Amino acid sequence: MSGFQTNNKVVSWLDQRLPIFSMMQHSAIDYPTPRNLNYWWNFGSLAGFVLVIMILTGVVLVMNYASHTSMAFDSVERIMRDVNYGWLIRYLHMNGASMFFILVYIHIFRNLYYGSYKSPREVLWWIGIVIYLAMMATGFLGYVLPWGQMSFWGATVITNLFSAFPIVGEPIVTWLWGGFSVDNPTLSRFFSLHYLLPFVIFGLVVLHVWALHTVKSNNPLGVEIKTPADAIPFHPYYTIKDLFGIGVFLMFYLAFVFWAPNFFGEPDNYIPANPMVTPPHIVPEWYYLPFYAILRAFTTDIWIISAKLQGVVAMFGAILILFALPWLDTSKVRSARFRPLYRQFFWLFLIDCLILGYVGGKPAEGILITVGQIATAYYFFHFLVLMPVLGRIEKPKPLPASISAPVLKEKAHA
Amino acid sequence: MADSATHAQPSADGETRRDFLLYATTAVGVAGTGLALWPFVHSMNPAADTLALSTTDVDISAIQPGQAITVVWRGKPVFVRHRTPEEIATAQKEDGASDLRDKQTDASRVQKAEWLIVIGVCTHLGCVPLGQKSADPRGDFGGWFCPCHGSHYDTSGRIRKGPAPLNLPVPDYKFTSDTTIRIG
Repeated sequence: MSGFQTNNKVVSWLDQRLPIFSMMQHSAIDYPTPRNLNYWWNFGSLAGFVLVIMILTGVVLVMNYASHTSMAFDSVERIMRDVNYGWLIRYLHMNGASMFFILVYIHIFRNLYYGSYKSPREVLWWIGIVIYLAMMATGFLGYVLPWGQMSFWGATVITNLFSAFPIVGEPIVTWLWGGFSVDNPTLSRFFSLHYLLPFVIFGLVVLHVWALHTVKSNNPLGVEIKTPADAIPFHPYYTIKDLFGIGVFLMFYLAFVFWAPNFFGEPDNYIPANPMVTPPHIVPEWYYLPFYAILRAFTTDIWIISAKLQGVVAMFGAILILFALPWLDTSKVRSARFRPLYRQFFWLFLIDCLILGYVGGKPAEGILITVGQIATAYYFFHFLVLMPVLGRIEKPKPLPASISAPVLKEKAHA
Repeated sequence: MADSATHAQPSADGETRRDFLLYATTAVGVAGTGLALWPFVHSMNPAADTLALSTTDVDISAIQPGQAITVVWRGKPVFVRHRTPEEIATAQKEDGASDLRDKQTDASRVQKAEWLIVIGVCTHLGCVPLGQKSADPRGDFGGWFCPCHGSHYDTSGRIRKGPAPLNLPVPDYKFTSDTTIRIG
């Protein structure tokens, strides 16, 4: 709103040659933000904050980590016992991964509730899904590095997913492994990629923010900014709100780091990897569990399509279907506040995802197989049937004329 | 017409020599980049020293009937099982069983009926099935049981129940003497 002005000659000289100060002024200070954002809008900046923590702790961990099968496990234990504050940095990194996913899941469900993926924010949404996919890959690769039993067998099970594809499957798996089983070549390439991907994610986040600043933030009412009264500058209003969010989040995050650092982990990963013995119950990290449940929901071969291939396709499909969501959702209204039917189905969908997560963490036996299958069917039913149909049959509540209109009306009444 | 060298001359359908050069350059560039990418892709395939570790010699003289040992071949467990006459008989009798989803006769999976040699990696998602030790669960068919997702293999290593699609694969091996085998 004010644009960038300075009396400092050096800053001015630099800004005329590389407008970095103007850009910061434009996108972090003046950026017009809807005045009515609630706390669900804190989670994007929180996720960005955790990304920075992950990169910082990761860079320091690497200084003491050895990516060789004969040394990896011991080097991590050395970080825990001998390296100054190694335990803290590793626990920050370990729990940071779980925090990153908690924040991003809340961020994604915020979008689902408030319809933030709808026009004109489809590309913003897509970039977000790509970030999420890159996070899943990074998390998986990172979990392999300590070379414990879960590292090894998680890597074995997940890379074996690709063998489900006919003909090309086996060569792909051999290529991923760099051998005939998960072994040293696999560990060293996973390490290389685990170091690379966070920087890719960082680049994607830049694109994500660029797209956001082009189409502007959605808001709880789901109506666009129409008048200057609808928006406030990002600084100081949202910088301070985001900082407050970071304070609250740090209390939550550090509570795990200091008092329950292995809460999200598996005890089996403190046993060194043994290619000859599979742990009795292999579970992936918690953030993959809903997709693991979808993978295991398919138990019968259909014609020549094996149950395994069906599971793999469904698992990837469960994420890829999100790309089509802006078109599957036929409602013109964004916010669930004005969508009485969708609002209920949103909560049902959230519960369905939690059920899938629960089933994914348990051994596949008995009633849980059926529960997993029903929950998987409902997952796809939500996107493929409910979203298109609801938009047609639902009668939305009347939308306010603008973001500021309800506030100004209340004032007029008072 | 003849002096097309001076300027790009549109042909009947609006195409010019410049368009042709552009397409040709793009095609060569794409193909060249693709070829240049191959060494990077192929560098991730098994290296020469990994491939060189491709045979394992096993002394089987000490394995009594009913016992099994696990040996490492190419980083994977290989099950060498000295089958009892009952196990052989069951495996052969069930050659035509309707629950065989990857149909193979027992005879086609062994060189000597008493020695069953299979790669000990579940064909579902790569876990190591249980059943090598006498105290292990061996599943409903007396062979192996995979604890990860519940696949049952019979005394010929064939998949009978559970999510795995294929039988436990038989590696290439030969008897180098009566009491030794070479896998690979």
